[in-house]
Amino acid sequence: MGKPPKKKNLADKVRKTKTSTEIKNNPFEVKINRKKFDILGRKSKHDVGLPGVSRSKAINKRKETLLKEYKTKDKANKFIDRRFGEYDTKMDPEEKILQRFSMERQRTQDKKNMYNLNEEEELTHYGQSLSEMEKLNDMVDSDDDADEKGMLSAELTASHFGGGGLLRRKTQGEKDNGGNQRAKSRQELIEELILKSKQEKRERQNQKEESQVLTEKLDQDWKSIQGLLAHKNAPKADRHEEEDKPKLDEYDMMVRELGFEMKAQPSEKMKTPEEVAREERERLQKLEADRLRRMMGDAVGDCTKTQAHMSADDINDGFILDGDDKPTLAYQDGKWNINEEGAKIEGDDEEGGEGESGEEESDEEEEGSDEDSHSDLDSEQESAGGEEEEEEEEKDEAPATKSQLSEEERKAQAEAAKAELPYTFKAPESYSDLKGLLQGHPADHQCIILARTQKCNHPSLAVGNKLKLQKLFGFLLEYVGELASRSPPELSTIDKMIPQLYGLCQLFPEAASKAMQTTLVDSAHSMEEVLEVKGRAAFPQLDMLIYLKITALLFPTSDFRHPVTTPALLYISQALTKCPVMSLEDVTSGLVLCCLAVEYISFSKRFFPELINFLLGVLHLAVKDKTSTGYSVVPPFRQKGKVSDLLVLSDPESSQTWSKKTLPLSATQTLTLTTDLDTDHYRLSAVATCLDLLKRCSSLYRELASYSHIFKPITTLLSKHLPIKTYPAALQDLHGEILAAISGSLMSRPLLVFEKKKPIPLKLFTPKIVEVLDYGKKRGNTKEEREKERLNHKYKKEFKGALREIRKDTRFLAREKLNEVMGRDAERKRKVKELFGSLATQEGEWKALKRRKNSRH
Amino acid sequence: MATSKRCNVSSENLTVNDVKTPKIDINSKVDLIIQSKKHANDVFDVLEYLQSEKEKNVVCAINGCTKLFSTLLERGDLYVGQLPKEELLIGGDRSADEKYCMFIRHRYNGCLELLLEHISHESYQIKESALCALMEFASMEGKFPLQDLDWSEHYSFPRELIQAVVERLLSQEEDMAVLISRFQEYLDMEDVRYYVMSSVRENVGRVMDKTKGAVMPIYQNNVFTLLSNINMPSQESELTNYLVKQEAKHEDWKAAKLKEHKRAFERLWLGFLKYKLPSSMYKKVLVILHDSILPHISNPTVMIDFLTAAYDVGGAISLLALNGLFVLIHQHNLDYPDFYKKLYSLLEPSVFHVKYRARFFHLANLFLSSTHLPVYLVAAFAKRLSRLALTAPPAALLMVLPFICNLIRRHPACRVLIHRPSAADEACDDPYLMEEEDPSQCHALESSLWELQTLQKHYHPDVAKAAMAINKPLSQQEDDISELLELSTYELMERDLKHKQSKTVPLEFDPATQLLQGSGGVLGLNFSLE
Repeated sequence: MGKPPKKKNLADKVRKTKTSTEIKNNPFEVKINRKKFDILGRKSKHDVGLPGVSRSKAINKRKETLLKEYKTKDKANKFIDRRFGEYDTKMDPEEKILQRFSMERQRTQDKKNMYNLNEEEELTHYGQSLSEMEKLNDMVDSDDDADEKGMLSAELTASHFGGGGLLRRKTQGEKDNGGNQRAKSRQELIEELILKSKQEKRERQNQKEESQVLTEKLDQDWKSIQGLLAHKNAPKADRHEEEDKPKLDEYDMMVRELGFEMKAQPSEKMKTPEEVAREERERLQKLEADRLRRMMGDAVGDCTKTQAHMSADDINDGFILDGDDKPTLAYQDGKWNINEEGAKIEGDDEEGGEGESGEEESDEEEEGSDEDSHSDLDSEQESAGGEEEEEEEEKDEAPATKSQLSEEERKAQAEAAKAELPYTFKAPESYSDLKGLLQGHPADHQCIILARTQKCNHPSLAVGNKLKLQKLFGFLLEYVGELASRSPPELSTIDKMIPQLYGLCQLFPEAASKAMQTTLVDSAHSMEEVLEVKGRAAFPQLDMLIYLKITALLFPTSDFRHPVTTPALLYISQALTKCPVMSLEDVTSGLVLCCLAVEYISFSKRFFPELINFLLGVLHLAVKDKTSTGYSVVPPFRQKGKVSDLLVLSDPESSQTWSKKTLPLSATQTLTLTTDLDTDHYRLSAVATCLDLLKRCSSLYRELASYSHIFKPITTLLSKHLPIKTYPAALQDLHGEILAAISGSLMSRPLLVFEKKKPIPLKLFTPKIVEVLDYGKKRGNTKEEREKERLNHKYKKEFKGALREIRKDTRFLAREKLNEVMGRDAERKRKVKELFGSLATQEGEWKALKRRKNSRH
Repeated sequence: MATSKRCNVSSENLTVNDVKTPKIDINSKVDLIIQSKKHANDVFDVLEYLQSEKEKNVVCAINGCTKLFSTLLERGDLYVGQLPKEELLIGGDRSADEKYCMFIRHRYNGCLELLLEHISHESYQIKESALCALMEFASMEGKFPLQDLDWSEHYSFPRELIQAVVERLLSQEEDMAVLISRFQEYLDMEDVRYYVMSSVRENVGRVMDKTKGAVMPIYQNNVFTLLSNINMPSQESELTNYLVKQEAKHEDWKAAKLKEHKRAFERLWLGFLKYKLPSSMYKKVLVILHDSILPHISNPTVMIDFLTAAYDVGGAISLLALNGLFVLIHQHNLDYPDFYKKLYSLLEPSVFHVKYRARFFHLANLFLSSTHLPVYLVAAFAKRLSRLALTAPPAALLMVLPFICNLIRRHPACRVLIHRPSAADEACDDPYLMEEEDPSQCHALESSLWELQTLQKHYHPDVAKAAMAINKPLSQQEDDISELLELSTYELMERDLKHKQSKTVPLEFDPATQLLQGSGGVLGLNFSLE
């Protein structure tokens, strides 16, 4: 067992005995790694290797780890040395012994203490003995405690436990001098330490006292100033000087008071007239731009978006800073949804009020309502509400100013009305309520009632008012419809109510649009039902015509798509295509619808085929000879039939007495024409209206590509078939104008091509800078690839290394095993030899004995 | 008996019961007659009630008669065979039983006559019960035939009775539509249908020959209602429902063969359509022609003359004839010369406004779906449609714009209509000739669809968007127009409303003060608030 390790140890021994320099200088120990290229500026670590050293290191290491593992391979038990500090290499063996000794003693003492009652016990507080604390007269301040809590100074610990580095160094230093002096110097050191700490403590106490004095002084100073600051509570403050807590409360209170104290708020500057005018102009421009944008619809909106400039820094992620998706101008829940816009509108309203006339302002004062209370200092909300109210008020006054009555008369009337009418009204809960409220009052009074109802139930006054007023719009609309369907229709009353409707609509756009939509859709639905049953339907009643007109007044008709006006346009289209003209009333209704259609499209100049068809049909009614026309009319009109001569004059002479006048709206319902002359005049008026509308259309549609084709049947009819000779001069002029306008238009158009698709520009980005870290081989271009390459390489190397290590391990183990086997064999051989030897001696002895015996014999 | 006595005695006192009495009276008498031959003379009382003024009484009498005679028929109390005249009845030397049978048979005939008269009664209730009673008799007669027939050769069916009923139904003075729809219940029976068809044919031939082919709106309307109520079976196996079941050789019966049915149906329609029809009738016939007439005719090609004549009429009738023609062309190899030329000439401004728009465009889509059509033809169609679109309502536009785009997609050579880069900047007049009837001469291929460009400015957003499609190269995928075919303006409006905008509603910013104000004041200039 002893032999083979001895053999091994021989080389190690040699190595150990030799110093490292010796080994390095020994050429048999050194292996020089040949370099292929000599590279300047590169230090190579591995130009020289010491295979022997490293091998013996490796073997040693294996012996410590692998071999031990191998030895304890199938053994479950383990021997652990639990002696104190056994595995602590940092401890001195002497100290180890000392500690072990002290621990031993403690253990024995503890056991004794159990029965040793008389022995004084040390009471401690925070690890310090109380007796010691009593000795130190000065109480350690709580502040001090906080400072040193749990943090004993290094020296102190060192002195107590003797483990500190300082102490050890010193002991080591002393060790050199001699072992005898050591104990004494240690005692001295501890004394020194105690002295030092005491001194420190004293100093600290002094400092503390000083600072306390300073604080007290400061407090007193503050109190003297406090009297000045807190003017009201000054005398009280003196009294409570000593008491800390009340003083603190007071202070807090004061701080809060100061925080909440009213500050003078900046009021808005009065605007000069120029400023107001400029703001108004800007507002209108903005609104107009908004209207145009909506008119173009999203289809065109897309185009503008694509044309937007793309900067070089654009990363094409669709993020656009100045997108044109600003919310449209509208009220939301009775407030402007955008503050700045709201502000501008308010400004406008004020301006409008001023602009109208001085009378109005005086009027406002006369009314003397509670509006005066609104001051600049009011909170924002209140002022907004107030302005809305003012706005309504102005709306109320507007029709009044427009009426032809002189100022005095009007004032008198208004006062009289005020005298008669109550000032507050309950918001109507149902349509019949509203009807009851308004019934029997003249039109002006009805307006005042409505205005007051609105004011009394303003959304800012109570919670449920908003809903009430929202309902009011629907009721008012219904009431307007009823007024229109009375006979004769009370159109002037409706006229007065328009501002009320407008005001309510501005307040509650959602509710208003909903009510209007329902009205339109219901009517369209009933028309559809009639159409399905009968195949044709009657023209809409006057109330529907009025509703359509109101729609145009309340909502923008030029929008590309609008929740109310688009259905309204469809309704007009349905009426114009599905309702056959049976009488002069129908002609009038149709013409009203045409007028509305022209109004709807006058701004956007959109194409309305039904309008042209209808106008053609109406003019066709005025043509005498219906055969061999060069055009064809479109349903609901017929080329010929019993009602297709509605507008043919019975007597051509009657045109001489005709003079242009407007048609009454009530003629859509009932027309009472007694004489033939009246009828002829009415016919001429209808034709005049029709021609007027045509003229407007011809100018509106000038830009359309197939302008000439749209107006071709009309041109044919006007130039060849209409008995224009029999018409009065005014109509002849109009006729000539239309023909000139149509024929003067551009006939030829460029052929159609697709929109030029802009070539998608190459994306021009900022140059891409690639970090080049290694200048050698370029494997992989991206960072990831390179990283991967590097890791692969590393892995390969590691793998190879590990493989080599494992091989070495197995070789080592195999060698160990072989050694073991050889050792065992040798042992056995030796024992066998021994046995043989003993046997041989035995045999020899026996033989010798035998020989002796034989020889004796 | 007792009740009637009491009734006679105390009619003044029981005024309340007075209303009930005729009914009870009739019922009791009917019971008596059925019970014994002694009371046979009470038949006259019952028949008298049949002629009563009161509607209720008549209905009761009809019910009574139905019960009475069907019981007697079942019992075999009616005389079978050639009936001698009533005057001869008394003199003849016959047994009492035989006399009784003859007497009852005469009463039965009288009852039938009265019932037939009642079919033309003013009251619908009487009409209906009379009709039901007659059909009840017909079914009883079928089971217990009154003719002395040789069973092996003839099939028993009350042909005369059916003929008489049909004659009454096809009144020349009165619109019988309601009664005829009631009659439809009986028309579901195979044999009734068969014999009704043959009797209608005879009737039509007779009546129309009498008037020398002049139009008779009411009569023809009745005939048409009856004809359109005939539901033909499509398979032999469906022939199961019979009024009279023949005992012998049922399978050989004409009324039991689908082929015979078809032949009768065909002859019937041909007989009807031979004469001049009022134009509304023409349309009605054409509407049902393709799906309820043509499939049931044994030889549909006989309809060619009728359809081509209708196609040449023009207007809505042509549009409707198109459907029948399509069936013939598609399934029966009809070769129609200049079909597309004719179709082209059908495109009039009114085509977008008529009721049959959906049907027409559905067919036009089918006809133009062939990719083997010459380019000039397709271009002519596209151009003409777009020209007509200038007068169309929005619902039609939403359909016709994808239609035109589909045409261009199917025939890429037509792309020049919307994209002609070679002559891009040249302005020119539209070379297309709207008046030219021949699509090959109309120069459509040299033109461009400016009309669609115009419609990009249409007031309805969806139309404008649909028209925008021609600004860019069309996608490969064809638009599906089948859903848009039947779109009405109201539906369009509803679609708009569903198009809910989450944003707030934009408002007019010009404050409104007067009714006739705003937007140029066109209304105010032409109308006054009066």
